[in-house]
Amino acid sequence: MNTRSHYDVVIIGAGMSGLAAGIRLAHFGRKVCIFERHNAVGGLNGFYSFRGRKFDVGLHAMTNFVRPGVKGTPLTKLLRQLRIDRDELALSEQRQSRIAFGPHGELSLRFSNDFALLETEIAARFPAQIDGFRRLLATVRSFDDVALDGPALSARAVVRAHVSDPVLEDMLFCPLMYYGSATEQDMDFGQFVIMFKALFLEGFARPLEGVRVVLRVLLAKYRAAGGERRMKCGVRRLVVREGRAVAVELDDGAEVTADHVLSSIGGPETARLIDPHAAAASPPPGRLSFVETIAIHDRAPADLGWGEDTIVFFNESDRFDYARPDAPVDLRSGVLCVPNNFDYGPDRGLPEGVVRVTCLANYDSWAGLAPAAYAEAKGRWFGAMQASARRFVAGGGGVVPAPVATDMFTPKTIEKFTGHLGGAVYGSPTKNRRGHTPVANVYLCGTDQGFLGIVGAMLSGISMANLHVLSRG
Amino acid sequence: MTKDECKKLVLDIIADIAPDEDLSNVKPDVRLRDQLQLDSMDFLDIVMELRKRHGIEVPEADYMQLASLDSSAEYLTPRFNALADKR
Repeated sequence: MNTRSHYDVVIIGAGMSGLAAGIRLAHFGRKVCIFERHNAVGGLNGFYSFRGRKFDVGLHAMTNFVRPGVKGTPLTKLLRQLRIDRDELALSEQRQSRIAFGPHGELSLRFSNDFALLETEIAARFPAQIDGFRRLLATVRSFDDVALDGPALSARAVVRAHVSDPVLEDMLFCPLMYYGSATEQDMDFGQFVIMFKALFLEGFARPLEGVRVVLRVLLAKYRAAGGERRMKCGVRRLVVREGRAVAVELDDGAEVTADHVLSSIGGPETARLIDPHAAAASPPPGRLSFVETIAIHDRAPADLGWGEDTIVFFNESDRFDYARPDAPVDLRSGVLCVPNNFDYGPDRGLPEGVVRVTCLANYDSWAGLAPAAYAEAKGRWFGAMQASARRFVAGGGGVVPAPVATDMFTPKTIEKFTGHLGGAVYGSPTKNRRGHTPVANVYLCGTDQGFLGIVGAMLSGISMANLHVLSRG
Repeated sequence: MTKDECKKLVLDIIADIAPDEDLSNVKPDVRLRDQLQLDSMDFLDIVMELRKRHGIEVPEADYMQLASLDSSAEYLTPRFNALADKR
């Protein structure tokens, strides 16, 4: 008797893209198994409990939010493809977000899930630029951002053709880069369009209970469709013969054979599974990583002077510098997220106040620290980051009482839990829209396929499952 | 199976893959794409649901036959009936 397992499709990684791909494949009768090295699902968008509290990682907000009835957008496509009823996600909309520039956020552009607000703000603050901005908008709207074979274009160059004020240019780039760019200082225009639509033309929302709601829905669909899942069971090698993967070798040494392998772990990381000695031929690992601080308070952040904004993208310098810093953390810019400031409806809300601050970080300076120095650096930067972000909220002058609990992740944490080399949250700057690898039946999905954000990640899994497995009959 | 029953089966599939569409007034002679918001991903799903639920294979070269309800019924009804005869 043959006791070895064989699957039509093996999926590496139980993040958003792997789960979404799994649902599609299992729904249409493929024998599929997801292998996940950790004991939790979610990957870059996970959750955990720590000292009796529930924390989210990754997710500040679900982007791409549109209200019921709006069709043809990524969220709608995703709900259809995964047979999810939008009520299952129980999304609550943001109140209002802001891009705040200058040493104290003097120059600010508000935006919300109604695009008209951003347009009005730009017309008021940058009257000479509004016509150019509207031309840029027309270019964005007509661009086919989900094409799998788009040309590479510098987003900076396209934006500058319409917007001549470098401050407005940087203000538009700041949120889009922070929420999805794997490239320093510039973006591919296709990525820019995806992010522009996801943040500005569509919007932010979140389930009251956070990302765990989304993951719970995905897991339930996957299970109901007959998909299998093995946790704490990573893939350490792809067994390749004559240009095809014939099996995956698991961390415990067992081999599982498969017709197709979908890898959500990243381009360079997948290349190392194929051949650990040919790393030079692999796509370059990303350079951008982050530190995030989470402060829990015994009352709403608004009552502590953190303002009513849902998310604030801030920058103090003359030019916004989206690059790996030399210092462990770059305090000059970042993202402040207050999960309490979503509109959860009357009498619904988070049990405690939560303030999250994210800044660019240098992987090498964190990875090289011995345990004691690492703990000391975390303590020092925690205070510095929260204080830096506080400059950008109205009424942020007062003293904040010490949080009742804190947590913090660094590039080292990200690398440990996601497997992304260098803690590169958005993966390699080299994206591969069709998901091809040097091995014929191994495909990428997720971060390095190039559809970003939570909705993008799920669409990536769906698209690659459709393209490489389902539409081939 | 009659052509009307066949149209009903196709509509049932569309109702499941696109529950946010109003299907109460779909005109059988007008292309589905022109009256509903259906993209190529949705058409792939119609094809795959036909296979999953009814064992009907639609090769890629024939996808265009599913453009409208009328053309779908024209194309699918004989295939449904041939399958029923075999059973």
